[in-house]
Amino acid sequence: MIRRILSTAALEFRIALRNRWVAIATCLMVVFALVLAAAGAAPTGDIGADRLSITVASLTSLAVYLVPLLALLMSFDAVAGEVERGTLPLLLTYPVARAEVLAGKLVAHMAILALAVGAGYGAAALAAVWTDPASTAGLPALWRLMWSSTLLGATFLGAGYALSSIARRPSGAAGLAVGLWLGLVVLYDLGLLALIVADGGGGFTTEVLPVALLANPADAFRLFNLSAADATAAAAGVGGAAATIPLWQSALSVLVWPLAALGLAIAAFRKVTP
Amino acid sequence: MTSTLTISRLTKRFQGVEALAEVSLDLGPGMRVALLGHNGAGKSTMMKIILGLIPFDEGEVRVCGTAPGSGQARMQVAYLPENAAFHPALTGEEQIRHYLSLRGESPRRAMELLERVGLAKAARRRIGTYSKGMRQRVGLAQTLIGRPRLLVLDEPTSGLDPVSRRDFYALLDGLAAEGAAILLSSHVLTEVEARTDRILILSQGRLVAEGTLAELRRRAALPVGLTVIPAAGAAEALAAALPQARLAGDGTLHLACAQDEKLGLLARIAGLGAQVADLEVIPPSLEDIYSHFSRRDGQ
Repeated sequence: MIRRILSTAALEFRIALRNRWVAIATCLMVVFALVLAAAGAAPTGDIGADRLSITVASLTSLAVYLVPLLALLMSFDAVAGEVERGTLPLLLTYPVARAEVLAGKLVAHMAILALAVGAGYGAAALAAVWTDPASTAGLPALWRLMWSSTLLGATFLGAGYALSSIARRPSGAAGLAVGLWLGLVVLYDLGLLALIVADGGGGFTTEVLPVALLANPADAFRLFNLSAADATAAAAGVGGAAATIPLWQSALSVLVWPLAALGLAIAAFRKVTP
Repeated sequence: MTSTLTISRLTKRFQGVEALAEVSLDLGPGMRVALLGHNGAGKSTMMKIILGLIPFDEGEVRVCGTAPGSGQARMQVAYLPENAAFHPALTGEEQIRHYLSLRGESPRRAMELLERVGLAKAARRRIGTYSKGMRQRVGLAQTLIGRPRLLVLDEPTSGLDPVSRRDFYALLDGLAAEGAAILLSSHVLTEVEARTDRILILSQGRLVAEGTLAELRRRAALPVGLTVIPAAGAAEALAAALPQARLAGDGTLHLACAQDEKLGLLARIAGLGAQVADLEVIPPSLEDIYSHFSRRDGQ
């Protein structure tokens, strides 16, 4: 089983390398991270935190948007592309389980995301330490951001595979992926904010909001990193809610979502008849 | 000897329309069977059911003693889809290495397999740059992995030039000699004629004919054609002696007769002596037999 998964992963990584996905993802993360590192340099003196911790807070906000987008871009084609190219029927006559095929793709795509995230955050960290040697205090927060970003990516990779299986055509899968990104990453928070304003500190804000935040993998990721890094003060908006939700709850959401998404993807892929 | 593939009374419907109806088939080790039929006759559907890719409605299918598509069956069945497709960004070698790994074999054997299908020189080029025939050879190479007991080949020689076709059938002969059962579909009927043990003709989801070529020929009882080439200046006299013959523009005479009348007619023509320069006997071709069976059902 492991051998079949690793062989699939190696093949997918090679394809991504040749399609320049590795280069695109890495460049994007490095450029954005360096821009944030430069922009985040200004308010250091006022807050009294080291420079890297400030950068981590900014990077968290960046990752919430960029990592799911990269993950969906890499995954929407995973099943629909095989259907369209006509490669799926032959693959499914091999003694390989559908779950193994998806696991192989997931390993490869997660490796690419980890590479991109590592390069991007690493560059930002170097820039921070360069100008402020005290920044080494923020390294644990940076490490946490790295692995939790990869897990956030895994969640959206799984969601992308599921959409790819449901749509069965790359164009349809791309549309669904964009819809999911807009819904979970952009509109979800806007909706929550609107409800908070309307509620005026009532039952919704104290009872429903924490659950709603934990139920969304992107929000849970943001809560986890902000509350763990004690950088809440540097973040605005929904981050303020981090204080009321225990760390273990957001950590659990960050850990469980990738598994749930992979389970959904496998269930959807099993329904595909070539 | 136990059969490699048994199908009994297989029926498959797509939204109420019968794609396959009560098809039965038995395929033993070392047998080469050709599946003929028009587009939409049910050939690919039948193959996909044997491979376990799509479910069926009624009947029974046993592949190497187990259910089609089970792990056990997939270990022992090799498939070549019609128009074999692969990811264009991979090289032939990388693709075959992956398939070897999936079957639990050493990826190092990839070059050896590609050599067997004559693709060693292009092995390190991307499949995106391959011609259709070359992609088909990658497809063939992957069917040789392991020792499959059943090969399911959907139009395997489409896109291959005549020389490659001959090489391909030589490969199949070798596999059949080692005990693999082979089920292949083809539109190139004349090549199937010499290379298969049994022919099945599917028409609108029904098995309309089954047997060796000689059996099908006998059952169809199609007329035999004769072409008589008259000696110089003897055309008129010959045409008078053979009133049922049609005189063609090039001066040759064309006749047709039933199988059992053939010898008598030949004797008569031979009796005409010096008036006849040459004589050709044209048995009904496989195309004729094929259209005889598939048309009969279509009416």
